[in-house]
Amino acid sequence: MRTKAENFVTLEFPSRSANEGFARAAAACFAAQLDPTLDELGDIKTAVSEAVTNAIVHAYPDAIGKVVMRLRLTGDVLEVVVKDQGVGIPDVERARQPLFTTGSEERSGMGFTIMESFMDSLRVRSQPGKGTVVTMKKRVSRRVGQK
Amino acid sequence: MTVTFTESGRCLSAAVSGELDHHHAKALMEELDRQIDAAMPRRLVLDLAGLGFTDSSGIAVLIRAMRRMGQLGGEIRVERAPEQAKKVFRAAGLQRLMPIE
Repeated sequence: MRTKAENFVTLEFPSRSANEGFARAAAACFAAQLDPTLDELGDIKTAVSEAVTNAIVHAYPDAIGKVVMRLRLTGDVLEVVVKDQGVGIPDVERARQPLFTTGSEERSGMGFTIMESFMDSLRVRSQPGKGTVVTMKKRVSRRVGQK
Repeated sequence: MTVTFTESGRCLSAAVSGELDHHHAKALMEELDRQIDAAMPRRLVLDLAGLGFTDSSGIAVLIRAMRRMGQLGGEIRVERAPEQAKKVFRAAGLQRLMPIE
């Protein structure tokens, strides 16, 4: 049985690059309920920025499409889901390799590597022509003196 | 995001502040290119004390600037990088390619 989330929020926005900053700020505000350290907050913002930028740059290369970001809190675990209905990734395994990129030179090919190392878990499901769903989880340590 | 350039001898300093992501990366790369081409410096110093956030776009910006300086026979160094930026750069092993302080 799926554990019931204590809190959640779903945001939907067009794949415009101006929304990269908005998405990571929104995720940071939501995560603030867990009283994360600055370091943890930085990790969450960075991973969200990578996931949302991938959707904006790669999912919809020649058009503006819909990006959905869902944030859920269950206990002290934050789950971030970034979903698009874009072109999809033909070879997810290859796309997750460090330095692999099909983007222009503003992309370093380090997006998935950063998501993987800054969060506790990363799952990427993609179907060419249908879209991509990136699911990341991070446990935020409750600090001493708090329930 | 803003970038302020100062030139002293053959050293070009760029103080970057604000948030750096894909949305801002291209403009920053182009501005760095322009300033490097105009100053032809021996050394490029990127002062990141005011950088509130960067994602992997910052990696791409640094690699491009490093290549450009390499073509000129010069060097690049990163100074006063905040912890969050250092963590992103370390994930790509950038500290092995240029001094990052």
